[in-house]
Amino acid sequence: MEYSLIILLLPMLLFFVLGIGGHKMSHRTAGLLGTGGLFVITALSYAVATQYFTQPRVEGIYPTLIPFHIEWLRFTEWLHIDLGILLDPISVMMLVVITTVSCMVHLYSLGYMHGETGFQRYYAFLSLFTFSMLGLVVATNIFQMYIFWELVGVSSYLLIGFYYTKPAAVSASKKAFIVTRFADLGFLLGILLLSYYTKTFDFAVLTSGEVSLAATTAGKTFLGISVASWAMALVFMGGAGKSAMFPLHIWLPDAMEGPTPVSALIHAATMVVAGVYLVARLFPIYVTTPEVLTMITVVGAVTALYAAVVACVQTDIKRVLAFSTISQIAFMMVALGVTTEMQGHGALGYMASMFHLFTHAMFKALLFLGAGAIIHSVHSNEMSAMGGLRKYMPFTHITFLIACLAISGIPPFSGFFSKDEILAAAFEKSAFWGIWLSLVAGLTAFYMFRLYYNIFWGEEAHHEHTPHEAPKTMTIPLMFLAAVTCVAGFIPFGHFVTAGGCSYDIHLDWTVASVSIVIALAAIALATWLYMRPNDKPARMADSMRRLHTWAYHRFYLDEVYMFVTHKIIFRRICEPIAWFDRHVVDATMNLMAALTQSASYRIRTLQSGRLQAYATVFLLGALFIAFVLLCVW
Amino acid sequence: MNFLSLFVLIPLLMMGGLALARNMKQIRAVAAVGSSLQLLLAAVVMVLFLQERAAGNTVEMLFIADTVWYAPLNIHYTVGIDGVSAAMLLLSAIVVFAGVFASWKIDPLPREFFLWLILLSIGVFGFFISINLFTMFMFYEIALIPMYLLIGVWGSGNKTYSAMKLTLMLMGGSALLLIGILGIYFHSAADGNLTMNILEIARNNAIPHEAQYYLFPLTFVGFGVLGAMFPFHTWSPDGHASAPTAVSMLHAGVLMKLGGYGCFRVAMFLMPWAAMQLSWIFLILTGISVVYGAFSACVQKDLKYINAYSSVSHCGLVLFALLMWNTTAMTGAVLQMLSHGLMTALFFALIGMIYGRTHTRDIREMGGLMKIMPFLSVCYVIAGLASLGLPGLSGFVAEMTVFVGLFQWSDTFHRVFTIIACTSIVITAVYILRVVGKLLYGAVQDEHHRSLTDAVWFERLSAITLIVAVAAIGMAPGWISRLIGDSMSVISERILQYI
Repeated sequence: MEYSLIILLLPMLLFFVLGIGGHKMSHRTAGLLGTGGLFVITALSYAVATQYFTQPRVEGIYPTLIPFHIEWLRFTEWLHIDLGILLDPISVMMLVVITTVSCMVHLYSLGYMHGETGFQRYYAFLSLFTFSMLGLVVATNIFQMYIFWELVGVSSYLLIGFYYTKPAAVSASKKAFIVTRFADLGFLLGILLLSYYTKTFDFAVLTSGEVSLAATTAGKTFLGISVASWAMALVFMGGAGKSAMFPLHIWLPDAMEGPTPVSALIHAATMVVAGVYLVARLFPIYVTTPEVLTMITVVGAVTALYAAVVACVQTDIKRVLAFSTISQIAFMMVALGVTTEMQGHGALGYMASMFHLFTHAMFKALLFLGAGAIIHSVHSNEMSAMGGLRKYMPFTHITFLIACLAISGIPPFSGFFSKDEILAAAFEKSAFWGIWLSLVAGLTAFYMFRLYYNIFWGEEAHHEHTPHEAPKTMTIPLMFLAAVTCVAGFIPFGHFVTAGGCSYDIHLDWTVASVSIVIALAAIALATWLYMRPNDKPARMADSMRRLHTWAYHRFYLDEVYMFVTHKIIFRRICEPIAWFDRHVVDATMNLMAALTQSASYRIRTLQSGRLQAYATVFLLGALFIAFVLLCVW
Repeated sequence: MNFLSLFVLIPLLMMGGLALARNMKQIRAVAAVGSSLQLLLAAVVMVLFLQERAAGNTVEMLFIADTVWYAPLNIHYTVGIDGVSAAMLLLSAIVVFAGVFASWKIDPLPREFFLWLILLSIGVFGFFISINLFTMFMFYEIALIPMYLLIGVWGSGNKTYSAMKLTLMLMGGSALLLIGILGIYFHSAADGNLTMNILEIARNNAIPHEAQYYLFPLTFVGFGVLGAMFPFHTWSPDGHASAPTAVSMLHAGVLMKLGGYGCFRVAMFLMPWAAMQLSWIFLILTGISVVYGAFSACVQKDLKYINAYSSVSHCGLVLFALLMWNTTAMTGAVLQMLSHGLMTALFFALIGMIYGRTHTRDIREMGGLMKIMPFLSVCYVIAGLASLGLPGLSGFVAEMTVFVGLFQWSDTFHRVFTIIACTSIVITAVYILRVVGKLLYGAVQDEHHRSLTDAVWFERLSAITLIVAVAAIGMAPGWISRLIGDSMSVISERILQYI
């Protein structure tokens, strides 16, 4: 499958062509070039996927293929960064997800970004992102993953700040980069620790059990926790930053300042699941450090609940979707966290997590693209500017409804199947996590339908001009993704991707499924009762829970805490004093030395006064002094 | 006559040409042709060197030539290069080339400006080809003196103060160095055949441990002052702020590398035992440099101060990595020298071009430049991304090699300082993005700026040359890392034998 290399090289080439020569092209050429390229690599990815999953299994599992591989930079005898392509079930699945969503977003952007200044730049950045994201998922070693990890970070930075004259976009892009950079510091330290003990970066070696982190670090502890756990926890920190896990999630809601198709691609479907992918990729090592898995479960569960609560009260539709993304990714994290073994019953969570990643990418991209169509039509992100849009935008309405049903977990849409597997896996581990996640799933259904009714039903807002359905280039991607969302649940996912690689039949656990359907329906009913027709019930409800409402609306003031720490403490109490110290202590010492030399030379200068009497006096005193020394002291 | 001496000869001819040049056009022609020739020469030398190595010649220094200058004091003119010097020569040639084009419109006294600038380059090139303590020191001094005049005459702001400060502090460093070098010379051989040749001194390995104990700090600090080692770095912010564009470029890009280069070539290579024993002191100092510079850069308001402090941080990492002795870390240190040289030169070139248009370097008075001068702004973003270690650009390769090298020591002292050094990647991102956000994005701050023009051809040439070099190292680092690694392993093994 050597042609898989083209999947990587083509977007890189497009980036250079559009980035360097883009300003000389017309919008049309640039857009068609970018989109055409994406169609090609999407087709190639499907070909890779078909060929990969139709090949014979070896001992019941799909073999790991490395069709391309070079040494890029050698550090030491055993540590070297390689660049290559690794195909195994999860990376092939990710190839399909990324190229599909990216392709739809490219197509959609032709309409959405039509006439924007910087159109060519936009397509160049999209190509850069696609290249980096694909490079990330096919990485053969953890350092290659880190390289592309940073590259997706910078593409995300560039795309969030696409409207660079808007101060909010500039500060959002900065925040996204710095927060994820901070998390990446953990990732880097984790990689370095891991590679120091295992003497390799290679995934194949790391995960095959040839070298065992637990064995090479046996007996080594730091602050009472084993070094192996430290390394894996630090690596997870990187994943938590990219995947917007609490408390490193603060950049994602702000990242919505970017163009909406970008939010769909990067901040909903692909880049933000990189953290989940990372944990899944290194899962054979995570299994050996149960305390880190427990940490992942706790972090994921807290994030899921937190984000769901916040999503219930936001008024900006993109922010609701952003918090819902955080919450859904947290589901995937929890699913990985509750996985306890590579084979058998305890391994369900891994498959569930990957399955949910797949279905979520499709329906969340659909939701964002739908939101984009709405924003495109009413020129606002605020729900108050919407309402009653179902009449004006029928395609958007239907597709959005399908996505809402999917995310709420209503059969037969894809989200139901994957979420059900996650719940089953959580119940397998302990009833506590199962109930916790079921409640969050209920909240999900509630806030999604609150959003849905506020946009498409409710009171019709006063529009300056009548809202209109989006152009074809925008509705076709919506319909395609809606179709995928309808059927994706029936994919026998367990046959393709499982923890140990062995085929596994998904069977619904109807006790779990029926409970979750009942909860979801109840939540939808509540949302219908509150939001379908204009009334004062939501306001009264908010009043009755005034404090919770305010806190949730302000995202529990976490951003303010961060602002306090970075500005008031790091900036005011560390940076400024250091700069002051440098000027007024270190540099002043140097100046003082210069000044002392100068004043000393002024003093000494008076000795050379030219007055004969003075010379005679000094001469005489000196002679006497020497005579005295010679006579008495010697 | 060895062809390495062409590195000194070409600038001398250029100076002759400048003296004869009758008008601005001819001055520029001489400078452009001369610097292009030098760049070509550096590239040819690199190719020749790689060919020799590929042919299996594993002698540590190639193309050695030795001429007696003054026999009674054993003063020789000795040249020769290894992989690191070949790389540094290429770096210097690139920066000089870019610097000439960045000062295309220098005013006043263009002839004198280029004369001094080229004299400075003689010092730099001479230093990197020397393998004799005397010639090394001589070229080092040649590089320092023109700096005073270049800043004092063509500088801006508080230029006389800055020029004086820079010169005096660096001279202070070279005073320490002189003592150190003399000390090394008098201990250079056990049998009385004293020598200044670095290779011979290393082979003799005769410097007693007690002597190393005081000679190592003298030479290390002496060179460290030029490498902006805390607390001897304060010449750097003032000096850069006042210096004209090309001088800032050459200074931060190349001259500061003389410091790092001297540290391993003289101090560590010749006195490995003391390097081993005393490194902890300097690790603390340079470790402080790394974060201290970065934190200071976060609150600066003048573009040049920001980059000067960021240089303190990046050059701190160079010395820090050198003191970790192992080949990987030391290779990373040299890569960081190259990478920092190229990207700081790019930064200062761009700052000079922006300053030439807006007449301010205060980031509070500028904004939205991306709309007004897209080419310069994009280049600035690229420089910034290189500085914060984006993969695909040189900074990443250098930093990662350094960090992997640092992590090979697992004792608590090294681990703690390593982790402290690693945190600089976050702080760097903070100050780089702060500047990019304020300077290039957002709304235009000053309405007068709207009428400004974007870069012209010579400015573009200067910036593109540097960007290509930064990207080349960033995308294909294998060969240069191997080249440097081979040379550094010689030094590293000398030190590691004392463990």
